Order: sequence, then structure tokens, then C-alpha cells
Amino acid sequence: MVLGIAFGYLALLFVIAAWGDRRAEQGRSVIGSPTVYALSIAVYCTAWTFYGSVGRAAEYGPSFLLIYLGPTLAMLASPFVIRKMVRIARAQRITSIADFISARYGKSGGLGALVALIALIGITPYIALQLKAITLSHAVLMNYPEPPGLRLVEEAFWDDKSFWVALVLAVFIILFGTRYLDASERHEGMVAAIAFESLVKLFAFLAVGVFTVFVLFNGPGDLFARAAAHPQLNGALSLEAVPGGGVGWVGTLVLAFLAFLSLPRQFQVLVVENVDERHIKRASWLFPLYLLAINLFVIPIALAGVLLGDPGGDPDSFVLTLPLSAGLEGLPLLVFIGGLSAATGMVIVETIALSTMVSNHLVMPLLLRSPRLHLGSRGDLSGWLLGIRRVAIVMILLLGYLYHALIGDSYSLVTIGLVSFAAATQFAPALLLGLYWRGATRVGASLGLIAGFSVWVYTLLLPGFAQSGWLDDAFLTHGPMGLAWLRPYALFGLEGWDIYSHSLLWSQLANVGTLVGVSLFTRQSRLEQTQAALFTEALHTSLVYPSLWQGQTTRGELEALLNRYLGAPATARVFAGLERQASKDQAVPPEVIARAEQALAGALGNASARVLINSVVRGEALDLEAVLSILDTTSQMLEYNRQLEQKSRELAEIGEELRSANERLRELDRLKDEFVAMVSHELRTPLTSIRAFAEILRDSRDLPEDKQRHFLDVVVLESQRLSRLIEEILDLARLESGRLTLHPQRLNLAALARHSVDAVHRVQEDRGVALDVEITADEAPVIGDPDRLEQVIINLLDNAGKFAADEDPRVLLRLEHHKGHYRLSVEDNGPGIGEEEREQVFEKFHQIEQHGASSGQTRRRPRGSGLGLPISRGIVAHLGGRLWVENAPTLGGACLVMELPVAPADSERQEVAKANKTPPER
Amino acid sequence: MKTPRLGERLVALIVLAVLLFSPPLILPFDRATNGGLSWLPLYLFLAWGVVIALAAWLMEHRHDDQGGA
Repeated sequence: MVLGIAFGYLALLFVIAAWGDRRAEQGRSVIGSPTVYALSIAVYCTAWTFYGSVGRAAEYGPSFLLIYLGPTLAMLASPFVIRKMVRIARAQRITSIADFISARYGKSGGLGALVALIALIGITPYIALQLKAITLSHAVLMNYPEPPGLRLVEEAFWDDKSFWVALVLAVFIILFGTRYLDASERHEGMVAAIAFESLVKLFAFLAVGVFTVFVLFNGPGDLFARAAAHPQLNGALSLEAVPGGGVGWVGTLVLAFLAFLSLPRQFQVLVVENVDERHIKRASWLFPLYLLAINLFVIPIALAGVLLGDPGGDPDSFVLTLPLSAGLEGLPLLVFIGGLSAATGMVIVETIALSTMVSNHLVMPLLLRSPRLHLGSRGDLSGWLLGIRRVAIVMILLLGYLYHALIGDSYSLVTIGLVSFAAATQFAPALLLGLYWRGATRVGASLGLIAGFSVWVYTLLLPGFAQSGWLDDAFLTHGPMGLAWLRPYALFGLEGWDIYSHSLLWSQLANVGTLVGVSLFTRQSRLEQTQAALFTEALHTSLVYPSLWQGQTTRGELEALLNRYLGAPATARVFAGLERQASKDQAVPPEVIARAEQALAGALGNASARVLINSVVRGEALDLEAVLSILDTTSQMLEYNRQLEQKSRELAEIGEELRSANERLRELDRLKDEFVAMVSHELRTPLTSIRAFAEILRDSRDLPEDKQRHFLDVVVLESQRLSRLIEEILDLARLESGRLTLHPQRLNLAALARHSVDAVHRVQEDRGVALDVEITADEAPVIGDPDRLEQVIINLLDNAGKFAADEDPRVLLRLEHHKGHYRLSVEDNGPGIGEEEREQVFEKFHQIEQHGASSGQTRRRPRGSGLGLPISRGIVAHLGGRLWVENAPTLGGACLVMELPVAPADSERQEVAKANKTPPER
Repeated sequence: MKTPRLGERLVALIVLAVLLFSPPLILPFDRATNGGLSWLPLYLFLAWGVVIALAAWLMEHRHDDQGGA
């Protein structure tokens, strides 16, 4: 009955796959969705996840999570890494990870074969693991509550279910994996079936999890409370339970990260089967979410299994034994189907990936070299190619079955899984470094792979064989020939690590070290340089795949070649753009040769395609020099463009600066003209009156004595005013040219203010102005030139007096301490200064218009030169202070505020002076 | 990576995830509850969930976020 359901489920997969393929043929693809893409990536979760996670959680605590946290990190990086790989794979018609690595390193056949071989050795155990999981779960289901009691070796193979499972799977894979010759064409039906299987396994696992937590126990609280009370589970979930502790933790995380990117089946679903590179974005978080969901109930099931199960029970089967122990029938069957989904999904994808590699990189190159096939039969080879791939599928599954039958019993599920992972990580350096480092060479990559793989064999595979009893395990504890430092689990005396982190460290060290070291001392061939450039620059938007072929061939020859290997329909597609009636001897344009090579690469892999095209193209087949220079020109052009853009931006900035400087100059010129005009005007007024009075005195000799005296007084006053004006103009000129010499010294601003007030007191009194003084500080030490500062204060007081109100004019001087400064403010009760005029009063010759003239009773105000405030501001600024206008807080008119920093204390000042005087050492 | 800022943010998220998942930061949570089970798995699931939520937000809501780009 169970077997019937299992085969029925496989039949359902056939239906789904067939439906997917039919939809694809009709152009309504079912897999053109990012969600399906993410679900197909979940082929990562094999039977090892389904059964093994619980076992690992029971034995090694939270370390099982690392197998999924690593891929989470890899998927987060997928918009960088995987997008690049997808783009390259599309442009170069990549069919597998072996093809990818071989293409990167100059379409090297040897390297492709090496990768295919390593994958075959490293991954076959993993396929065996899936077959074992199917058999084992079936046995548990049938024999419960008896132990499965399975001895594979004693059974005849025709009694062994996994043999038949393997055969059925082989048929399935042949039907849906090798429908087309072109392996870079997507297997849409297969991907649809895989996505469906991912849903089934997730649903089954969640079902058993919910059953465990909410039916066997009263919710998570109950489960965890009882687990906490169980002595055997004490510390089971802590880091102590993780093999290797913190180092083991990081090691497993890195292992899972690298393996996720370099496992052949992950490469198949992530890169080869990708329909649209925009799907990567969604998958980068949806796939980690899937991983989180499928791991949610692992710990509860593991705890429940230990709490309820018999101590001798295998933790790997808890997922099945828990619902069985409750006497259920349906749920165990669902779990079995879930496990079957997980196992078959992995086997299907992995076998397709491996068979493509084996046929394209191991078998085909051999056949191409064999003279009989190459020169002899001129028949259609496309059927041959498919045949080879089909035989490869059957052989790989049989190999997996053999492995399973021979040593399947001696390993637990998790062990095989991690050993396989460690083998796959050997591809990571050649793959990832090749993507980002243009200098990695073919020789370096090959030697690195060999070195890393050898270390893996020595530190993981051989010890595994020894533990299975195939080898004498003495070399594990004593080292080969008694050399203790060569013990496989403690190489060079590195002890206390878990075996996977240990193997990962040494193998990656050997791999990366050799790859980098050898690459630095070997040269790339031209083709390698081109491919390296195409790979590392793949994400450049302006990268154009140049037409590589420059040689000559005729249409007839090329057509014959393609017909032979691809069949007539594919050949017709390649020649689609050319006119039908062309003669057989016509030369073929280079882009058609490139298209032919791509078509061949999609079917046979890059290395074989190059060999075949070379066999029909004469002359300098590939003008690599030109290609490289095109590539370099492209990147140089980009660089030049960038530089040019920057230059023109800089130029525009400079132009802008020039324009504004020119404007400023014009403005200054205008100001200068105005200034000259104003100065002349200001000078002429007193000069005119002096001249007028002098002429009167000269011409009218008979003036009365007192009149003469009065005129002379006017002349004297006006000349005084004239000289004062000239003095001020000179001051201003010195200030503006920076030649004003000040004599700064420490002084008491309070005393200076009082002194100034005394000086103007009489004058103000004469004008009827009431002058108040408010000085809060006795000592107000500032640095300043006393004469100049007094000039400023007097000027301020004088101004205030002029603009105070007509009736009851009042002026107030205030000195106060304000945040490290002294503020001297002079306010009046006049009309004040409007907001917009406040800066203008500091302009030269600016005269405030006299408001209130309409009232007719304007007080006669003494005229100023209009230079006092600009000069004052200049002086204050020279002394490090500020001068500005604001509203008078007390009297309501204008208020001019001068602010000077407090002088540092004497000792400080000396130190500063000394520091400034210290001569430089050198 | 149409916008440079998205790339930068993604790099920052990857760095954050690496830090959250590896030893110096997981050690404080490897502490027993009063029953004897460790907090570590709960912390890992929470951190994992947060990282996935941030990634989903970053990837799906780029169009609302053009101002920052």
C-alpha cells in the first residue's frame, strides 16, 4: 500500500512536469515567477534536512541551523554574485558548473573534466544518502514499533526498494531532463515539479511539527517546560553541544555558505534554470524565509522525540516515529511522502547536473578525440549525444545505489551530507575568485582544485572509509607510518577542532593558496585573457559581446557540422538570418560563426564547441588580440568618459566662479566710482564755503569787525571739518587696504567707556541730550588699541546723540558681560532704524534720511560724514569683535552694539605669546 | 543594483547578518533559562527573522524609497 502511494506520488510528478513542459511549448511558462524560482532553490533541503536536521538537533544542539544560515548569507549576496553568474551563463550558454569554470579559464577541456570528476566522486555519496533515506523511512513505516532492522547487504538487490526507486527516478529524469539536446535550455517541467515538491515537503514538515507541539503536548510552553525538567536535555541546546565550539560554529557556517554556491544542483537551479534575472531579488529573501519555516519545528520535534521515544531510537527517524507512536496512520504517510519529495527532488536535479557534466566534459571530449568517430561516420550525432546523457543518468543513479548498498549503513545521514558539502566547496575558489579576479589562471585553478581535493580526500574521505572498516583505522589515531603530525583528523597537530572545520581550513588553504600563488607566476593564454575579462566585467552595462571569429569557413561546412551534432531544426535556427538560396561555398559572416559556437556550447559545453568550430574554421580562427583590445577599449572609453565628465563639470564650476568674480569686480568698480563721486562731493561742500567766505573777506574790505571775525571762524571750522574728513577717508583707505596699524594692548573697557563719556559729556549737554551710563562690571579686560576704541565709542555716542528724539533726547551707554565677551551698547530714543536699513548704515557715506521732517520742527542735526560707522566696524573687526544694530531694549530707538572678546588672563597670554615666539625646531 | 544606495544598504545588511550569526555576538545569548535550556536557538530564530524582514523590505520597497536613492 505504502509503495503504491509512493509510486502514485511519482506519477503525479510526471503529470506536473508534463504539464509544465506543455505550457512552456505554448509560451505560457509556469515557472516565470520569482516565487517558483525561490521554491526551486529549495531543492537545497533534501532528505538530509527532512530527517537529518532533527537528528542533528538532538545530538549537536543548534548547529543544524548553520546549514541554513550559510545559504541565507549567500542569498543576501545573490544580487551581486548570482546575478553576475546568471548574466555570464546566459551570454555564454553555460550548461553546468563544470562548464562555467572551464569557460572562465579559457574554455579548458581539462579543467572541465577535473570539475566533473570531483563532482562525481564528491556528490555520489549524497545521492546514495537520499536513496538510503527513502529505504530507511519506508522500513520504519512498515516495521514500527519494531526497529527497522535493515541489513542492506544481506538483501538481494531485487528485494531492495531503493533499487527500484532509483530506476523509476532514472526514467523520470530521462523523460524530463533530456528532452532537448541543448542543456542550457531550461527544463521547465522539471523545475515546476521541483517547486511542487518543495511545497509538499514544507507542508509535511509543518504538519508533523504542529502535531507534535499542539497534540502531543499542550503548546510550546508545555513542551519546553517538560524538556527543561528532563536531565538528559540539560544543556542540549547550548553552544557546548556544538562540535568544535565557537570554531566549529564559524567553520560550519562558512562551509554551508560556500557549498550553497558551488553544489552542482544549486548551480543548476540558481543559474542554469533561471528564467529572468529579476527573480533573484525576490528569491534573496523568500528562500531564506522558506528555510526559516522548514526549521521552525526542528527543535520541538527533537525535544519531543527524546522526551517520549525509547532511548535507543534513532533521532534521524523522530519525524516518523513520533506520529507513529501516537497510533496515527495518515500523518506518518504524509511525512513519508514529504521525505520522498525531499529525496527525489534532490536526486532529480543533481543527476541532471551531473549527467550534463559527465557527458559534456568526460565522455564527449574522449569521443571527439577518437579518430574513428571524428573522421568516419558522417551520420547524425545528435541522437548519440542524447543517448550518452541518458546512459550517464542511469550510471550515476546506479553508482549512488551501489555506494548506498555497500557502505550506506556505516554513516549517519548528517555525516555523508557534510562530507559532500566539503567536496563541493573545493569549486568555490575557482568559481568566486574567477568572477572577481582577472588574474586567476587556468593552471592556478587546476592545481588549486587538485590540491584542495587531495586534502579533502585525506582528511574526510579516507577516514570515513577507515571507519566503515574498509581500511585499517590505525592511521587515524597514530598517523600513517606512525607520523603523528599527519593524522587525518589532526593535521600538523591542529587538534580540538571538529573534523569538518578542520578539513575545510586545510583544504581551502591548500586550494586558495595554490590558486593565487600559481596564478601570480603563470601566464594566461589569449583566450583565457578574453574570457577572464568577459567574466569579471560581466555586469558592465555597456559590455558588448564581440564577435570572436575572424577566420573563414563556408556555409556548407558549418551547416554540415551543426547538422551532425544538433540536428536540422537547431541548425536552421542558427542560419535564420541568412537568405535561403545562398550557395554552399559562400563565406559565412563572423557573427553566424559565433552563433554556431554558442549553439554548440549549449549542447556540448564550451570546451568541445571550441574544438569543433576550430575544426572547420580556417586561418586565424580567433582574432583574440582584437577582442582584447575591444574589451580594453571599452573599459578605457568608460574611464575616459568618466574623466571627461568630471573635467567638464570642473570647467562649468570654474566658469561659474569666474562669472561671479566678474560680477563682484563690476560691483566693486561701481562702488569705487560712487565713492570717488561722494568723496569729491563731500570735500567740495566745505571747500566751497571756505572759498566763498575767503572771497568775501578779500573783496569787501569795509566789513564790520565782528562780521569779519564771524567769517574767519566759519573758515576755520570748515577747514577743521575738511581735515577731519580727509583724516577719515585716509583711515578708511588704510582699513580697506589692510594697512591700518593698530597697537593692541590689554585695557579696561569700563574705564575707557567712562573716559569717552566724559569726553563727549559737554558737547551732548550743549545739545540738550541726557546721557546715562550703566556699567555693570568694574573690570572689563579686552585687547584693543585704546585710541581707536575711544574713537569708536565716541563715534557711537555722537551718532546716538544726533538721532535721539527731538523732545527730551536721551542716550544710554551700557557695558555688560555676555558669554565670554563684553558688550558695549549705545541706545537712543529716536525713531530707530528699519530692519532693511540695518546693514546699510555701515556703508560708506550712507546718511539716514531724516524722518519727522513733515512735523516742521526738525531739530537741527549736525551733519556727519557718513564714514564714522564703516570705520568703527572696520576697527572692531580688526580687534576680533563685531558691531551691529538692533532694537533698543530700554529706550525704544536704535541700539548699536559692539562686542569684544574677553582678554585671556595674564599668565595665559604670556604662554600664548611664548608659544608663538618659539622658533620652529627645523 | 539600479541605485548605488541599494547596493550599499545590501552590503550593510550582509555585514549585519554575519555579525548576528557568529560567535562574539551569539555568546551572550548562550545562557541557560531557569529550566536549563539555552536561549541561543530562540535568539538565532529572532535574528534570522529580522534579517529576512529587512532584506524583504530592502528588495520590495525600493520604489517608495527613491528619495533616498
